Parts: sequence; structure tokens; C-alpha cells
Amino acid sequence: MASQWNVYESFQALLQAGPYHLALEGVLVLCVLFLFTAKKKPSKMVRLTKKEEEDLLAEWTPEPLVPRPPPLDHPNLHTRTVYGKAGQYVDLGTGQKLLNLASQSFLNMGERPEVEEAAVACLHSYGVGSCGPRGFYGTTDVHLNLEERLATYFNCEAAVLYSYGFSTSASAVPAYAKSGDIIYADECINFALQRGLQASRSRIVYFRHNDPEDLHRLLKEQAIVDAKDPKRANATRKFLVVEGVYFNTGEVCALPQLVALRKQYKLRLFLDESVSFGTLGPHSRGITDHFNIPMTEVDLLMSSLELGAGGTGGFCVGTSFVVEHQRLSGLGYCFSASLPPMLAAASIKVVDILEEEGASLVEQIQDRSTQMHRALTSLHTKVNITGAELSPIKHIRLNESSGDRQCDEAVLTQVVHKAEEYGVAVTVASYLYDREANAPQPSIRITVHKNLTDAQIDTTRDALTHAFTDVLG
Amino acid sequence: MVAHTEVSPQVSPEKILTVGECSETRGSESVSSKGPDVLCEQNEIVSHKNSNHVAIAGSSTVPHPKKKSYKEEDCSLFVAFFTFLSYGVLLLVGYIKEFFVPVTTKEKDREEVELCSPFTNFTIYLSYGVLFFVGYVKEFFYPPSTKEKNREGYVPLYIGFESFYTRNVYRRIQDCWNRAICSVPGAEIDLMERYTPDYGWTIKHTGKTIRCINVGSYNYLGFAENKGPCHDAAEEVTREVGITTSSPRWELGTMEIHRKLESLVAEFLGVEDAITFGMGFATNVLNLPSLLGPGCLVLSDEFNHASLILGLRLSGATVKVFQHNNPEDLEKKLREAIVYGHSRTRRPWKKAVIVVEGIYSMEGSICDLPNLVRIKNKYKAYLYVDEAHSIGALGSHGGGVVDYYGVDPKEVDIHMGTFTKSFGAAGGYIAGSKDLINHLRVTSHAQVYASSMSPPVAQQIITSMVIIMGKDGSTEGRRRIQQLSRNVKYFRQRLRQMGFIVYGHDDSPVVPMLLYLIPKISMFVRELTKRGVAGVGVGFPATKITGGRMRFCLSAAHTKEMLDKILKEVDEVGYLTSSHYSREPKSQEPIEW
Repeated sequence: MASQWNVYESFQALLQAGPYHLALEGVLVLCVLFLFTAKKKPSKMVRLTKKEEEDLLAEWTPEPLVPRPPPLDHPNLHTRTVYGKAGQYVDLGTGQKLLNLASQSFLNMGERPEVEEAAVACLHSYGVGSCGPRGFYGTTDVHLNLEERLATYFNCEAAVLYSYGFSTSASAVPAYAKSGDIIYADECINFALQRGLQASRSRIVYFRHNDPEDLHRLLKEQAIVDAKDPKRANATRKFLVVEGVYFNTGEVCALPQLVALRKQYKLRLFLDESVSFGTLGPHSRGITDHFNIPMTEVDLLMSSLELGAGGTGGFCVGTSFVVEHQRLSGLGYCFSASLPPMLAAASIKVVDILEEEGASLVEQIQDRSTQMHRALTSLHTKVNITGAELSPIKHIRLNESSGDRQCDEAVLTQVVHKAEEYGVAVTVASYLYDREANAPQPSIRITVHKNLTDAQIDTTRDALTHAFTDVLG
Repeated sequence: MVAHTEVSPQVSPEKILTVGECSETRGSESVSSKGPDVLCEQNEIVSHKNSNHVAIAGSSTVPHPKKKSYKEEDCSLFVAFFTFLSYGVLLLVGYIKEFFVPVTTKEKDREEVELCSPFTNFTIYLSYGVLFFVGYVKEFFYPPSTKEKNREGYVPLYIGFESFYTRNVYRRIQDCWNRAICSVPGAEIDLMERYTPDYGWTIKHTGKTIRCINVGSYNYLGFAENKGPCHDAAEEVTREVGITTSSPRWELGTMEIHRKLESLVAEFLGVEDAITFGMGFATNVLNLPSLLGPGCLVLSDEFNHASLILGLRLSGATVKVFQHNNPEDLEKKLREAIVYGHSRTRRPWKKAVIVVEGIYSMEGSICDLPNLVRIKNKYKAYLYVDEAHSIGALGSHGGGVVDYYGVDPKEVDIHMGTFTKSFGAAGGYIAGSKDLINHLRVTSHAQVYASSMSPPVAQQIITSMVIIMGKDGSTEGRRRIQQLSRNVKYFRQRLRQMGFIVYGHDDSPVVPMLLYLIPKISMFVRELTKRGVAGVGVGFPATKITGGRMRFCLSAAHTKEMLDKILKEVDEVGYLTSSHYSREPKSQEPIEW
């Protein structure tokens, strides 16, 4: 009975309570009732009946897998085929030997018998494939040897080897830069780097091509933003990504100014030396060597082995603190089969050669590049040549673009075909214009080789002059 | 009126709905316009229907069903309480049981997955707990010196858990990976002996080598050889055209040998055309963005390889992940995604692509291709099969998972695979219809920006493929395929019989054997090495936390004697580490090779 009494007592208390209290209680009771009785809102997605689903499924007509297959006469479906070796001369199936100014083997390493011998010797003991990623028995002593040699060559603590030139920079950048970080990059960086930047999901800020002033302006702007939110700034890593010699323009990077900015604004400098490796600097070590900048100023140096080095794959060098991280985080390193040992052995030989005769090789290639640059300067009134004199890569562009890349490219392709008739194999620089961050103007890319003679340079000039005159009038 | 009340309760709301639907079908036909508005229209129809339902119910003065319940006698509160209580107890017991011993929903014959006991599960977490605890205590007293030189005042390059894991867990066992060899990765390898003077911080070579049987390399058909026809052909090509092209395919990187290789690959796979690339990883990463874009739907298996995941991420397509090798889950998710369209814009998808692998390299499972083909055809999706591990290693002609199930190659829209594994070379291919390959030839990043495949590597593929196809006039290819198949069956059955938990399909040359605990993985690898067997241990983060395992990759180069030796050593080390986890009954009948 005591409980009933309590109920009675509380009822009495309720009657004595003030109106505000009652009102509050009333609201609470209503709330509880509402919660119990209110219809559950149907979830945002309205469930459809089976039949409606079937109708929708039947109605859905997906695009074909390839919505717009290229026409069968698309020029890139009929690329030129190389017969035999692509050395200093190349046979494109006409039987005529053409002077090769298209393959990117600046140092003619492919024509040195000792490189080939090294590859074959390795083939005899290791076979071709490595049959596994580096982590799972895909590492051979040849790989370790090459990594060690590259590290010593660059006076760095460690090197890491990739099995594909493209994947080197595309994997190395996102191993460090993550979302929330800022990457300052030159607007003309090569496509592999662009892919790396995209994969990192960082904020990408492009500065004007090879213009440290513009970069400085952007950094100052960012410094003002950072001052307002120091907490966030202290968690934001900043990277600077540039190339030693720009593959897309042939310009030599203004490294000293960039290094100064790196120090001032605490950026991490990532340098792609694909073109400059073996072609710049008194020890042929590339752009740092060229400006005599110690390697400690650069955080990570990436390079392909497929250009001047005449091999396959790529590598990164730097302090072991930085580089070793890629062994667990560089996707193209961890999850890919390692470089076939015979190709690594060939690259070891190339490092040997660079160590021994790097100085004279650089001298020769720079001399040839300068000669070629001068020879091509007054090619035709309607074209111009871009790139530094020292750079082994030259781009010939039309002075007046028709405004349509396809048209310009078609004109240049005609020139390339004409040049073949005059005995020179050159190529239109290939780009996927809709994928490039800042698509360059179409150009004919001339690659200078170390072994070019003065006579061959004259031949090139004459052939291109004739070809341009034939096409452009 | 009475008759009316008697009938009406039987008229279920659904029936009324269908009546409503009939009246609406004409409407829906008239608005069956294609395109984005479909969903909105459908929504309207549904709401109409609901109102119709109410209208019908209201107009025909059907008594509310609730009223009828008053006629029945209520049971006592006590009984009601116990009814609910008994359900509650049943459900609770069920939940607890399935928490500890989850039900395997996989079909037995397709792929057997035996799960470990709850106690083992507990010890897995315990072992990680101990490792982390020790790590934290250590780093509390001796903070790691992660200071960089010359970079004072910089935002740290690495932060967070990842480097803690590397320092405190991976460092202790890192000698189990990245081991260097100094021989051809064939049936036996010369492992370079290593030691660590400082508990795993640095690892040095002693200069000695250990001869081991190799069950770590992906040398399925045994083409990793330093003599024989492949080697000779590769040497000849090296001398003839050199080792590199230094030019992408669009420029001067296309050699005769590349064209020859591509037509051979197309013939081998039974498709119209093929395109090849210098690196398997890059084949996925650089081509998926050319095939897919924003507005495309991708159904991706949860255990897909990192290259597929990265490629899909770069493509910008919407990715939905389905349970590993589970066609029911795939169908459910695909159906729902197509019906409800893009989750933000509500637009229909441009196209839907199912992305799977032939053999999953960590699970050893073979994808359920016939069901995938059925689903793909039913829902008008496209099928992308990554045959990195299965090409060469599966099927009576070595044609991969397509050959294994006898599926028409045209049912798979995009064939992708690598040459690293069964062909003992490097690189990858994509094969399919002429249109697809032509599209890739003009849009693939690798065609435009990356150097083409090294000629000796291409030659290795050509020669090994010719042998597999039997075009060299010998039965060597057939012999290798059969040898591998017998090896796989024998090895897997013996392991199971010994009482190990083995994942994957019975015909898969990738044999994962579950060990669960990190210390057991490292001990297993080290002990096996001492006994002359080189295997691979895999743990978190390559697998789930509870999925630490040994992985054996079998090869046609292995003989029965080698397999017996491996099995003997594995059994012994299994006893040392008490890793015979399987609790299923075993028959003791001897297993034939």
C-alpha cells in the first residue's frame, strides 16, 4: 500500500505545483508521446518496388565501353616502326638509314658494347625476369649493387630503384605528400610528375614556368594565410617540385634561386633530373652539379634511367631518412615486380662509364647541344626554337599558332614526314592535351646525341629547313 | 456490411498497392523517358500510389484493421513479457555465438574458408597489444630520434601511427622481407645470408649464401631460367637491337618485336587485339584513367591489388567495394547502384565496370568468373579481369581464369595481365576488342609518355608464350602446365591433411597458410630458411590484422621430392610454433601426387 500512497502523494504535489512546472511536464509528456507515435520518416532514399527496379534496370542503357573509338586512320594508330636497332641511325622500314634525332638516348649508351655485354653477362646467371616484387625475393644483389652505386655517385646516403621510368616520380611524390599538404610545382613539369601530384591529393599550386619571382609571390601570399592560422600551418608540409632540365621546354631550372626560397620558406625540394642526369655538371651528376649546389639542399632527387642513361627504370636518391621511406610507401616500388636484373646490370655499367668519363661526356653533349641550338636558330622565319643552349632537348614551335592544337600538330607531322625524306628522323613531341595540366604548344622535339658530328648537325639543319620550307612555304 | 468486414482484413495492403499500380502503369509508360528525370518520376509515382492507397481504403469504408484486435482476448502481461524475454535470450545467444564463431556463408565446394577459434583471435589482438605497449613504454623513456639534419623548423615529413608501427613492429621482423638473392629465381635460389647487429635497425650481409627451395617467387611455369630457348632468344635480341628504345611508343619506341608480341598475345588470349606495356603495375595505373572517368560506376573486389585501387582513384570514377569473391554481394550492390543512380547528382551512371582479379595474390582464391559473367550480362556492366597471377598458371592451355572456366574470352570486356609471373619477364598487357585497344593506343598514358618495353624482355615473353601455346612443336608447355596443376593439388591437400588452415581454391598455385600471429610469421620464415625453404610471410598491413599468413607460390619447376621436403619442414616448424590450427576432421589416406 505504501507505493499507492506515494503515487497519491506525488499526485497531490503535482496539483500544488505551479503552472510553469505543469506546462513543462506537459511538453515533456507530449514529446515522449510524439517520439513513440511519430511515424519513422522514410529514409531519404525512396524504396522502389521490384517491378520499378526491373523497369529502371531495363531502361538503363550504358555508354559503350569505348564511346568514341578513334577512326582507323588516326595517325597514332599507325606509329612508325623501328627495324633493327635505334642507334645513331635508324631504319623506319624504308631501307634508308635516317639520322636519329628522336630517341632520347643523349649519351648513345645503347651503342656501347660494354653496356650490352654487362646485360648479357647478367642474363647468363639471372635469366630475364625477377619474378617478384622487391619484398618477396625479387631483390638480387645486382639491384642492391646498383642502388649503392647510384647513392655513391650522387654523394647521397641511399638510393631506391624503380622498375619503370614513368612510375619513379609518379610514385615518389605521393609517398610523402598527402592530402592537406601544399605542392608548389612548375607549370611545365612533365606528365609523370603531374600524375604523382594528382595521386598525392595535396593542394597543387603551379607557378609560372621557371620563374622564381612568381613562386616567391605565391609563397608570400601563403605566408600571410599561414600567419592567420599558425596551427594549421604547422601541420601543412610544403613541397617544391621542379625539373632539372624541363622535358617539355628544354629550359634549365633556376635552381640557386629556388634553393634560397626553399630555405626561406621551409619547402621540401623534389627535383626530377630525368633529362639533366648525365648531361649537366662537371661530374655529369646533373643540375646540382651544374650549379655546384650540395645534395643536402635537395630533399629528394628523382630520375629516369630511360633517357641519357640508356636503360630501363628509374631511381630516387637522398638521405636515408627520406629515401628509405619509399621502400614501404612508394606504391610503384612495393607492389611492382623489380627491374629485370640484366637491365639493372646494364645501368651499373652506365654508372661506371659516367664515373670514369662523365666529365668528357658532359663536355661533348653540351658542345653538341650548343652547336645544334645555334644551327637551328635561323631555321625558318615562321618557327622558333625554345630551350637552353646547354639542354640536349630542343623544341621547335610555330611562331603563329593557328589556334587549334590539332591543326598545328598536323602541320608539324607533315614537316616530320618531309624531314624523313631528307634523311632525318625527328618526332612531334607527343602529349595527351586533354590530360595535361597546362598543355604545351605542339612542337617538334629534337634530341641531341653526343656522337653527332658537325656534318650531321649541318645535315639536320638543311633537312629541317627544306622540310619547313616545303610545308610552310 | 458484415460480409465486407469479413473480407477486408484479407485484402493486404500490398494487394491494394498492386491495384494502385495497375492504375498507374499507364502513367509510368507515358513518362518512361530515358535520362536523369526517371528517378524523380518514379518517386512521384510512389507517392501517388501511397495517396491512392489511402484513398481506396478511405472511400470503401473498410474498418481500420486495428479495430479488429479488440475482439481478441489479451494475454496477460506476464505471458507477453516472457514471450519477449524468450526471443531476447535466443537472439542474444545467437549474437554471442556468431560473434565468436562467425558463420561462413561461402559455398563449400567453391572456396573453403575455415576460421580460427575465438581464443586465437584473442591472442592476435593480445600480441599486437603487447608489441604496442612495449613500443609506447620504450618511446616514452627513449623518444625516437626522428630529427632530420639541415631541416630545422620544418613540418615533420612523417607523422602518426605509420612510423610508430614501422619502428616497433616491422623493425623487429623486417629481416623476413626484402631478402636479396644472387641466382636465377627458379626452383632453388641462393639466398644471401644476413644478420642484424642492432635488433633490426640495420641489416647487413654476411657474404655467405644459403641454398633454398624457392616458394616465394611468382615463377608459376618455371620460365625463370638462365639457360634454354628463352635465354638464348633474349641474348640474341639484346645483341641485335639493344636493351632499350629510349622512346615512347608514339614516337620512335615501336619496334618490330613489339608488334609481334602484341599480335601473339591477342592470339594466345583468343581476342581481337592486345596492347603491351613495360610494367605490370603501371598497366593498371596508367590505363584505368583512359577507360573510366567521373560518372562511371566501378564495383571493385575488396582484396583488389594496390595498382587497381590507385588506377581507379586516379580515374575519378565512383568506386563501390564488394565483399571478396562474393557474387551475391556484388549483385546486390550493383543493382542498387544502377537503380538509384549517382548518389549525389542522382544521374544514371555512364557505364558500370566490375573490376576483379583472376587469382588474388594474398588469398589464393580464384574469382567466380561464370557468375560474374552472368551478373555483368544481366546488368549491362563491363568486366575487367586482372589476370596478373592467373595467366599461364590456370587452365589446361595456360589461358588464365577464362580458360579455367571455359568462358568465351569475348565475355570478358577487358583482359589485363602481367608478364612478370608465368612468363618470367616483366611488363603487362591489356587485351580485348579492336575498338578498345585502338582507344588505348591513342589515349593510354603509357603509350605517350613512358618508354616502350625493353626488347630482350619482349623476346622472353614471345618465346615462353610460344612454348606454352605449343607452337614450337614440343609438348614442353603442356608438360609445365600439367606439372604445376599436379603440384598444386598435391601440396594443398597435404597441407590440409597436416592440419593447417589453407585458404583459396584447390587449383590455385598461390597457397596461403594461416598463422595469425606476427611472431609466428617471423619465426616460420626464419626457421624455414634455416631448413632450406624460402617462403614469404605476410601480415598487417598487407592483410587484415587477423590474417597473418605464410604464402607459398608453387611452380612447375618444383619436383615432387622438393614438395615433400617443403611439406616435411613446414610440418616440423608448424609443431614448433603450434600452428596446426585446423579443427576439421582429416582423412589419413595417403595423397597421390
